[in-house]
Amino acid sequence: MAVAKRIIPCLDVDKGRVVKGVNFLNIRDAGDPSEVARRYDLEGADEITMLDITASHESREITYQTVEKIASEIFIPLTVGGGVRTLEDIKALLRSGADKVSINTAAVEDPNFVKLASEKFGTQCIVVAIDAKSLAKDSNRWEVVTYGGRDRTGLDVVQWAKQMEEFGAGEILLTSMDRDGTKEGFDNKLTKAVSSSISLPTIASGGAGSLQDLVDGILIGGAEAVLAASIFHFSEYSIEQAREVLRSANISVRN
Amino acid sequence: MNTIAVIDYGMGNLHSVSKALIKVSPTDRILVTSETNEIEKANKIVLPGVGAIKECMEALRKDNLHEVVIRNIVEKPTLAICVGMQMLLELSEENGGITGLNLIDGKVQRILNSETVKVPHMGWNQVSQKTNHYMWTDIPDKSFFYFVHSYACHSSLDAIGLTSHGSEFISAVCRKNIFAVQFHPEKSQKVGLQLYKNFINWECD
Repeated sequence: MAVAKRIIPCLDVDKGRVVKGVNFLNIRDAGDPSEVARRYDLEGADEITMLDITASHESREITYQTVEKIASEIFIPLTVGGGVRTLEDIKALLRSGADKVSINTAAVEDPNFVKLASEKFGTQCIVVAIDAKSLAKDSNRWEVVTYGGRDRTGLDVVQWAKQMEEFGAGEILLTSMDRDGTKEGFDNKLTKAVSSSISLPTIASGGAGSLQDLVDGILIGGAEAVLAASIFHFSEYSIEQAREVLRSANISVRN
Repeated sequence: MNTIAVIDYGMGNLHSVSKALIKVSPTDRILVTSETNEIEKANKIVLPGVGAIKECMEALRKDNLHEVVIRNIVEKPTLAICVGMQMLLELSEENGGITGLNLIDGKVQRILNSETVKVPHMGWNQVSQKTNHYMWTDIPDKSFFYFVHSYACHSSLDAIGLTSHGSEFISAVCRKNIFAVQFHPEKSQKVGLQLYKNFINWECD
């Protein structure tokens, strides 16, 4: 008996609609967030993550309304990320019904923000999202990038994950920007490098294109949870099918 | 019609707890409250809690709310959740040592991590039902519930549910009319909603 590995469908939400694009281009509409979330909940998703990719700050109200609508439909944990910059943002998201918030760029710009946030709201609700890009000169090292991969930070991903653990993160959401949207599978070397360096759960993200990719993220990458968007959105696979494949690979999943 | 008071001391996942109660019992009154007279009038009490125990305990003791809460939970059917459960025990070693309300036997300690045992214990894990209880009605033994915590109680004379994460810990305790769980039933889908339903229907002597 052990804690089950988690399957987390991710909703990328732009101005109140679910979208998913290849490397954030060619964005396709995939529906109403609360309807999609409800379907995942009933299909047996272990959690749901919503990433708000709305660019303009004025749309914040729409984000809170969307979170509220999703939260009222589901009885599993909900993580919300995207544009989380202040303690007020976190408070507003938790009030709207999020269980955890995911902090990305704001952590890079001010690591102390993670410390303050976890002290105020508790480690359990602070997820630090790390976007990683491999270094051309060394395939065993990755750099933290921000703004969807546009800005390089010079930070080493493994060192950064360790620092975020120390600063009070409860979980690391690790996205390979090399793989995101490609459907070529997770960067398992990256996941393994991080998951074996920290005692927090690592969520593998970026690149899942098949159900075997989810298995590999857990067995090869050592992830506690796997996050995927497109393979679930367009009903290529159901959550139940994903769970069956994990179960037959001898991975402990919820029944 | 029951009135269920969900204690609002500023630290709980109140929204999801009350939402789950409304879902299973649309006809009862669900009050999220810190008002003494409302708590006194309620038939049942829910004590939620998330975050660090020190902040929870301080928030509960503020304006002597804890005195009203203790007075009511010792005599009414009560469901305590996560840190809500931990606060009912003797003490917790979190935050340098915090004295609990000592209504239920047990102490809270840090979960030891290792390469395979991640802390916080976050996710779905099985609860073994140690003894029969009305609150387990229609919930299969070893059902998966959602957990998120870094501290746990490892031994209690009042243990009624057990879970393993590295080592075994107490995931549910019960003494007379108080039933308390380390997991979050409001985040545990079907079995979690069933636990709330059982709480609504629970008539303890």
